[in-house]
Amino acid sequence: MTKLNVSKLGYSYEMHKTLRKQKIILVYEGYFTQDITNAILRMTELNESFGGEEEMMKRKIFNVMVECLQNICKHADADHESEDKRNSILILGKTDENYFITTGNYIYKKNIPALEEGLKHINTLDKDGLKKLFKEIRSGGDVSGAGGAGLGLVDIARKSGRQLDYNFANIDDRYSYFPLQASIVSTLN
Amino acid sequence: MEDINIVGTVDTPEIVLNKDDHTITFSGKSLPEDAASFYQPVVDWLESYRNEPFPCVTFVFKFMYFNTSSSKLLLDIICQIDEVHGDGHDTKIQWHYKDGDEDMEEAGEEFEEVLANSSIELIAD
Repeated sequence: MTKLNVSKLGYSYEMHKTLRKQKIILVYEGYFTQDITNAILRMTELNESFGGEEEMMKRKIFNVMVECLQNICKHADADHESEDKRNSILILGKTDENYFITTGNYIYKKNIPALEEGLKHINTLDKDGLKKLFKEIRSGGDVSGAGGAGLGLVDIARKSGRQLDYNFANIDDRYSYFPLQASIVSTLN
Repeated sequence: MEDINIVGTVDTPEIVLNKDDHTITFSGKSLPEDAASFYQPVVDWLESYRNEPFPCVTFVFKFMYFNTSSSKLLLDIICQIDEVHGDGHDTKIQWHYKDGDEDMEEAGEEFEEVLANSSIELIAD
């Protein structure tokens, strides 16, 4: 048997350990398309890390995943750039109490104000407020000034039942990096 | 009036018209990014239905998942059915959800809240 060349392939073991330790269930880094989105959703459905979770919990996670994935497709602005900026990331993981879905992608700086205004507004709303905003945006009106926040973000906030965590990190003159995280309380706790 | 018979895929639902019992059943997942083009045949069918209606028709929605893009189109379709009902035609809407799936139950309730002429029968499976 060939001995594992630790110096050459050791990163595999290190990464494997890190993913286990951080309870990362799934990571995808790359270019997002509808086909990739469907493949990620299929992997989520088949993943056994949700063993013991109720069917409804799995549905909730799946629903939030769908909107997060389509949100990446919508907000990733660096389509025409080199791979470094074109690619996005999606992480599904677990803490002791929550599941979390984190996405990260590059966006144009000029798109930040409207998106930030929308996210701030969403985070001020309670369950009923989110329901009202969802119905307003869906029926074509946007009287609450949700700005750049589309139906998807409101839906993520509704289904997760938690505030959305996000940030805008400066990259260069044109781009910022936009990490977004939604948490869902595990029913096992 | 043409039949509706759309085969389900990993991200789009099966939509079947049964002319024997006058039902149109939507089932499976509805996750397309461009829901407007996917649902256009249903919108067109409903328009032509007003001119050649059946004695009655029941729309059965049995989704496992649907995304927000589909939600907008489903609202349009359900409102369209409501208008057909308002014209004096016999239409029924059934919204199925898995027992305990509060999000799917609430989605059905929220569609009903916007209807002017008809109601939605919520059914826990």
